[in-house]
Amino acid sequence: MCGIVGLFAKSPEIEERLGEHLAAMLVQMSDRGPDSAGVAVYRDPVSAGWTKLTLYSADPLEDWRALAATLGSPGADVRASHAVLVVEGEPAEAEALVRSLRPDLRVMSAGRVIEIYKEVGRPERFAEAFRLSELQGTHGLGHTRMATESRVTTEGSHPFSTGFDLCLVHNGSLSNHNRLRQRLRREGIRFQTENDTEVAAGYLAWRLREGASLEEALAGCLDDLDGFYTFLVGTSDGFAVLRDPIACKPAVLAETDDWVAMGSEWRAIAVLPGAAEARMWEPAPAIVYAWERARVP
Amino acid sequence: MGAGAGDRLRVGEGAGAVTAIGEAEAVSVEVVDLAVTPLRELNQRLHDLARGAPGPRRWRILNPNGAHAIACGLDADVEVEILGHAGYYCAGMNKRAQVKVHGNVGTGVAENIMSGRVEVEGNASQSAGATGRGGLLVVHGDASSRCGISMKGVDIVVRGSVGHMSAFMAQKGRLVVCSDAGEALGDSIYEAHLYVRGAVAGLGADCVEKELRPHHLAELTELLAQAGFDDLDPSEFRRYGSARQLYNFHVDHAGSY
Repeated sequence: MCGIVGLFAKSPEIEERLGEHLAAMLVQMSDRGPDSAGVAVYRDPVSAGWTKLTLYSADPLEDWRALAATLGSPGADVRASHAVLVVEGEPAEAEALVRSLRPDLRVMSAGRVIEIYKEVGRPERFAEAFRLSELQGTHGLGHTRMATESRVTTEGSHPFSTGFDLCLVHNGSLSNHNRLRQRLRREGIRFQTENDTEVAAGYLAWRLREGASLEEALAGCLDDLDGFYTFLVGTSDGFAVLRDPIACKPAVLAETDDWVAMGSEWRAIAVLPGAAEARMWEPAPAIVYAWERARVP
Repeated sequence: MGAGAGDRLRVGEGAGAVTAIGEAEAVSVEVVDLAVTPLRELNQRLHDLARGAPGPRRWRILNPNGAHAIACGLDADVEVEILGHAGYYCAGMNKRAQVKVHGNVGTGVAENIMSGRVEVEGNASQSAGATGRGGLLVVHGDASSRCGISMKGVDIVVRGSVGHMSAFMAQKGRLVVCSDAGEALGDSIYEAHLYVRGAVAGLGADCVEKELRPHHLAELTELLAQAGFDDLDPSEFRRYGSARQLYNFHVDHAGSY
């Protein structure tokens, strides 16, 4: 099972309530994934020369303000077990600094716009604990997990990010992830779990690093990944959808003048304003569907 | 939802369809709003009508919003109209009832239908009419992959296209596709009859094109008429069926297949 949702705002009204809409969509997919839930929200770009990090601590008493002070972050935006810090420097340096200072923390995301929140437990509780309805943003994606191939942990929840401002959510399972993980490690891609989806995220990060466009990287999945999948990939500019050639796993796309939405099922999209009048279709197998906005300056 | 690209889709018809069904109000219509009434309560009320029990004969369902198993397991001479998009297994296991969806449907519409008629004004997702044993399924838009998979006697008429692996292991019944069919049509087919008007991306194992004889033309004409698609010329269709190389077929037993 597992449920996937994605929302891309085309109007300021949707941007203002992005988190609220995303949370409503996520809750609709509870039946498909009651184990854990997560979202990636693209919002509030930081200035050039700075990096936004989403960090996770297993310690509920984590002193985020102290860490922010140490890292020179203007503050710490704390949501449940996660906090967003802004650190001077390029993403690679910022991430390396945190890893060296605090190897016990997990870097959930790094980039200029992305924030990732994920936790075990039911989606409705997750949405409340992380105050998703407060979040504004340009686009976001989410996942509800029914674990099949690895343990139910915060780290094993989706979305997975292995590249800056890049993330992936996945419905399905991959069968060649062990061999591919070894290959990608040799290429210098870092992995934090034994999860199959993280390997797919790492594969995309590697292809993009080698100069492929997002469409090319996704098309490469059709050749290099063995298994079944519906992928939703987020970048700083937008998102893209790909289903494997057999298309076992469901996906619905819909679009209005105000938004583009993706869901595992229609009921996830039905909660959006104007859904009844939306243009709606099922993405064909092995075709990349992508939406992008003008680049963040 | 369906095999084709977005530009061929009929969507958002749920709201607009209200005006089209305003006629013939002589019989009272039981209106159930799923924004208010729990789905289980609706299905229980419909199940209570089985085998001639008293109750409303015409039903109109509002705000389906993609819920699963709407009007599933009916066994009564009732008419059910669903205004909007339905989720998985809509009108599954249908017996005798006439179910019409003014919108799109998710996976497995009319799965294992036994008799009656299920009609979808929009598109159908994968496995439409899967394992159906009788009755008629009509899809006005496209159906997705695995349409009519393992069909065992149902008739399926799709005005648009069907996706890959349609009529996989189809045993009995008729599948009519008025536009195109995807890859591996009729893979490992038994004795179902397949008619396709447009292009076939590829035939599955043991599925071959066959001659369209007069009695096939007659059954196709009747199926198109039943579906309300008699504007189409049956002679434009091609027939596909089993080469009978993959399974143990004895012509002496043809009558029992």
